Amino acid sequence: MLEFVQAGLLALVALGGLGVVLTRDPLRQAVVVSVYGLLLALLFFTFQAPDVALSALVIGAVILPLMILLALAKVRGHEIVRQHAEEQEP
Amino acid sequence: MSVPARRLVFLVAAAGFAALFLWGLAGLPSFGNYQGPYGDILNRVAVPQRHVTDVVAAVNFDYRGVDTIGEEFILFVSVAGVAALLRTERAEIDVEPPEDERAIRRAETSDAVRAFCFALIAPTIVLGWDIVAHGHLTPGGGFQGGAILASGLVLIYLAGGYKTLRAVSPEEGADVAEAIGAGGFVVIGLAGLIAGAAFLQDIIPLGPVGLLYSAGTIPLINLSVGIEVAGGFLVILSEFLRQALQVRAQADARKDQEQA
Amino acid sequence: MSFFPYIIAAWLFVVGLYGIITSRNLIHLVICLSVVQSSTYVLLLAVGYRAGAVPPVFVNIPLGTPAVDPVVQALTLTDVVVEATVTALLLALAVQAQKRFGTLDPEQLRSMQG
Repeated sequence: MLEFVQAGLLALVALGGLGVVLTRDPLRQAVVVSVYGLLLALLFFTFQAPDVALSALVIGAVILPLMILLALAKVRGHEIVRQHAEEQEP
Repeated sequence: MSVPARRLVFLVAAAGFAALFLWGLAGLPSFGNYQGPYGDILNRVAVPQRHVTDVVAAVNFDYRGVDTIGEEFILFVSVAGVAALLRTERAEIDVEPPEDERAIRRAETSDAVRAFCFALIAPTIVLGWDIVAHGHLTPGGGFQGGAILASGLVLIYLAGGYKTLRAVSPEEGADVAEAIGAGGFVVIGLAGLIAGAAFLQDIIPLGPVGLLYSAGTIPLINLSVGIEVAGGFLVILSEFLRQALQVRAQADARKDQEQA
Repeated sequence: MSFFPYIIAAWLFVVGLYGIITSRNLIHLVICLSVVQSSTYVLLLAVGYRAGAVPPVFVNIPLGTPAVDPVVQALTLTDVVVEATVTALLLALAVQAQKRFGTLDPEQLRSMQG
């Protein structure tokens, strides 16, 4: 029984990895990465590795999407500053 | 080389790499037939030797403790790198964004989000410290608990805004906490050297198995690693968030002047 | 099933590498790198797995029970947390690149050398 769950989760992880790569927009990618982290944590849980599942869950589903969003916010702030500087030049 | 040509080269190389990789992986024992001796030896020996019930924690902080010091310092150096890269912006000009952009950037968080996050702060922080403290007994430890504490700090930011986060954890405090955590691990190891044993050898009496104060130095190391990981993520969070505050403070000051 | 996890690990590696090479956005590139890293976690844990075993936590379990390998789990769990901070460093690099050169596109960054 556990073997089927593991095989199913492995297939889902493979699809999730493909989904993360194929999502080109970083904003949407943050959400897909969060789901991917959750799938990875479930997979590690079925591999009888609760320690790794805990850390994969917190990192993959919370910290990593957060850092993507923060980087995007900072990039957007730079764009605004740059546009404003260009408008003020002439 | 044009992009499609590069893609073609990559596909050929990836096919070759995948073939070699799978051929190499086929030499591994099949999934589910773990054969190596070390796992079995450790599972049998760790509980009587170290009085832990979580063997993974014993491996991380005792049997392979020097590896973990190395990993912890990779973390420390990465956080220092983020700070070095993003702190140079402090001297930069604070150009005022135009009015409509300012309105977008000052979009208020909805009350539902703030109330929900506020309600979750205390359980998250308690859970984080619980996982750090019980790392040698149940699955958990410094790394996982530190990451959960970091998410607790993120919840503080979500519920209260950047000023609340700064009030709770001043910037210098985050730096100091991270450094204490990183140094604490090494100090515990050096304490072993000073007491006449090997580096990172356990010198505190081991308590009975299964109680919170068992396992000698492992709970202390868990604590210092938890502080370090939480402090590290807090520094990273602060570095990424700082510019938002600068622009907003200038906008508020300008607006106060206009209203006065 | 006996080699399925290894195939999935190889698949994740190649897919992440494809994402890195064909990426048009530095932030997307960094996330594809984290997919490559996750392939190593799957491989490590698959190597240490023993069918029908318990996790290596002996709270109320007698000592002789067959358990999975704790060493690969110890390696993987520190790895997960540390790679998150390395990803933060790479994202900071991407942010600085956007500030200096005005673009997050690796193709355009390449043409700005020299």
